[in-house]
Amino acid sequence: MAPSPCSLCHTARALVKRPKTGQQVCKSCFYSVFETEVHNTITEGQGIFHRGEKVAIGASGGKDSTVLAHVLTLLNQRYDYGLDLYLLSIDEGITGYRDDSLETVKQNQVEYGLPLKILSYNELYGWTMDRIVEQVGRKNNCTFCGVFRRQALDRGAAQLGIDHIVTGHNADDMAETVLMNIMRGDIARLGRSMALTTQSEDTIKRSKPFKYAYEKEIVMYAYFKKLTYFSTECIYAPDAYRGHARVFLKDLEAIRPSAIIDIIHSGETFVLEQSVQKGLKEMQTCLRCGYISSNDLCKACALLEGLEAGLDRSALKQGQSTLSVVPEGHRIIPRFERPVPIAVEGIERAVQSLAL
Amino acid sequence: MAATVATVMTTMNPEVTSNGLGYVGKTEVEASGSSSTIVKKEEELEILIEFGGGLHLLFSQKPKHTIHIPCQIPQSDLPEAPDMRYLVRWLKENLLSERPEMFGEGDSVRPGILVLINDADWELEGELEYLLKDGDEVVFISTLHGG
Ligand code: SF4
Ligand SMILES: [Zn+2]
Ligand SMILES: [Zn+2]
Repeated sequence: MAPSPCSLCHTARALVKRPKTGQQVCKSCFYSVFETEVHNTITEGQGIFHRGEKVAIGASGGKDSTVLAHVLTLLNQRYDYGLDLYLLSIDEGITGYRDDSLETVKQNQVEYGLPLKILSYNELYGWTMDRIVEQVGRKNNCTFCGVFRRQALDRGAAQLGIDHIVTGHNADDMAETVLMNIMRGDIARLGRSMALTTQSEDTIKRSKPFKYAYEKEIVMYAYFKKLTYFSTECIYAPDAYRGHARVFLKDLEAIRPSAIIDIIHSGETFVLEQSVQKGLKEMQTCLRCGYISSNDLCKACALLEGLEAGLDRSALKQGQSTLSVVPEGHRIIPRFERPVPIAVEGIERAVQSLAL
Repeated sequence: MAATVATVMTTMNPEVTSNGLGYVGKTEVEASGSSSTIVKKEEELEILIEFGGGLHLLFSQKPKHTIHIPCQIPQSDLPEAPDMRYLVRWLKENLLSERPEMFGEGDSVRPGILVLINDADWELEGELEYLLKDGDEVVFISTLHGG
């Protein structure tokens, strides 16, 4: 096959076939379209960032968050977003998995010159994933891990006075989430999980700037730019149900690459429908730790109580409406506090509510 | 643990190990694949193989391999050079050390594995039909492992 020229600049040799458009592009046009599309996602409408915002990149050392750190650093300079960027990493305490990827994050810290904070499950909850798995087995470890990670990111961000957390979820992840939520019958969550940015009153704003970026392009970008990331599998085999959804998605993508974007669009359509109807439980703060929760106890506190009581996987069933009295000798999660008031928006909201 | 720390020290210089493939390279010294110790014969093609995104774990933990394959597909009437279909099969039969289902599917690679031939997306090169040349570099990157 004769090498084909780039369909954008018509001069250089095409090296990437873009899954979203089928376009054949050369290396430098690929960088430019990839970066520009992320910029467009970020700035569309009101845009997700404000000047002067303190933004933490949830960094795992994997490909997505590494490319995100690279691209955001670059766009912040190129378009002068005026952001104060940080790397925030969570150490789940998984021997032989997280140790290596955290070393990668430390290297990214040097390469991008961004301040790094690492917060561990151990310091926060008094439990590592290794110990949790020892107690609850290998079936539901990801449920514990997911609940704990979400809260850990918020807490790490609060400690740094961060306004906004960005994560590396890519288009393939989004499509997978749509499928997962459908297969679990969780349409309420489907709506929320498709948003580019989510913010409720007491949580820190979260965004997914790679929401429309294909995994293939992220991997290609990392490869061509020779970025440092670490690729490995968690030793606690991830959710098999999710694994099937992933493979199914990749099979669809191989036949028709637009499947990914099509599924995301389907997911977004659910959002619209849903904004009409309400009925989500009202939010309050956890009586024990002060974290946002729809029950007296937040999920993390309930799970922790189960673990501390020595329960195995029945710890998952631990109720969230227990009295706020901590059984004697149990560890609890430190109180969740946001040292810096939620900047301007928060104040504006407060003023508005006074005016009412 | 000491080993990990040592590895990281060497990675502090991005030029040494930032390969964009998701593994920590110790040095750029060629890993000696089983077949690379043998000097290439006249009627063979030398192909450089690299595995990224965690795929090297399936190939004796070695990211880089230099392999020699015949310059004509054996036992075939076709006078043709081996193509990518032949290479994928060859890798499965000769180099893959574990969990074959994580690499191959049918006569191709599993969806979710990216392939680059001389740094170009193989989708631009004819995928399985691409005819290999002496000195070609083929990179396989899994997108299926850890974000
Ligand atoms: S696979 Fe499960 S246990 Fe492992 S890091 Fe991910 S969520 Fe945690
Ligand atoms: Zn071009
Ligand atoms: Zn709580």
